[in-house]
Amino acid sequence: MRLISRRARYLLAFATLALTVAPLIFVKGQYGGSDDQGSAAVAASQPGFHPWFEPIWKPPSPEIESLLFALQAAIGAGTIGYVVGRIHGAAKEREVNNNKKTAPADVPH
Amino acid sequence: MHIMEGFLPPGHCVAWGAAAAPFVVHGAVKLRRVMREHPQARLTLAASGAFTFVISALKLPSVTGSCSHPTGTGLGAVLFGPPVMAILGGIVLLFQALLLAHGGLTTLGANIFSMAIVGPWVSYWLWKLCTSLGLSMAIGVFVGAAVGDWATYITTSIQLALAYPDAASGFTGAFLKFAGVFALTQVPLAIAEGFLTVLVMNALSEKTQVLEDLGLVRGRS
Repeated sequence: MRLISRRARYLLAFATLALTVAPLIFVKGQYGGSDDQGSAAVAASQPGFHPWFEPIWKPPSPEIESLLFALQAAIGAGTIGYVVGRIHGAAKEREVNNNKKTAPADVPH
Repeated sequence: MHIMEGFLPPGHCVAWGAAAAPFVVHGAVKLRRVMREHPQARLTLAASGAFTFVISALKLPSVTGSCSHPTGTGLGAVLFGPPVMAILGGIVLLFQALLLAHGGLTTLGANIFSMAIVGPWVSYWLWKLCTSLGLSMAIGVFVGAAVGDWATYITTSIQLALAYPDAASGFTGAFLKFAGVFALTQVPLAIAEGFLTVLVMNALSEKTQVLEDLGLVRGRS
């Protein structure tokens, strides 16, 4: 079942992009992570705070961390691309088969 | 919304873990049932898991001048029901806790509760509400995904405020402080997630009968 028109699709894609790009253009900021700001707020409100447990493994450098984040995104995006591709490929195949059944005469073999 | 390793007192870690556990067990049972009853929807299930995997890895800029990440749990919550997301979201959180030092094992219960339980259930009920009011599938999915994302961050703010109430203003003051960090930053990102969720669900469903097969819309065949 189709949820939105082709036009709405482009509109939504553009709006998603605009929402994430606009801040970079119009808002000056540090662009730190909200997760870390949350941790900082905890530490600031509790004098002498330090976490009672440390991560058992940490990426050794920011480069390795961004590598792993990129890997996570790539695995996810790759899977979605594969699934959408297969679904659409299968739909196309069905279409072709249906056309063959209805008009087999003019299809050269 | 990730509460970092060691940032919740042990008692809170245990309590949130205990609160999340039955949802995770229920999710495992439901996940098995979905795979058995809808074998043809396995690809779509994989894509739903992948969606939260990719989108929660992307820290996006927001109007507050800081970055935050969407959760991506609304898609699977609408398609397969919120229990399933306790597992799929839990896997994502475990991956990030173990390999990225993002979130943590001690805070896993609390993080699962906000991202993989509250978010998906809010998404699901809002989607249900919208469609039962006669609104279109696309609008229901948008509202569900956007508000579910936002609700996850509100839950995190509540969790932190419960653990660290303000000395003067108590829970409310602390909640407002943490929500100031999380909730405002999240608004445009939640809206973007809503749009993206509609796009991805459309890509997964426009050439297939998956919504009919899963009983989300009345079948025409």
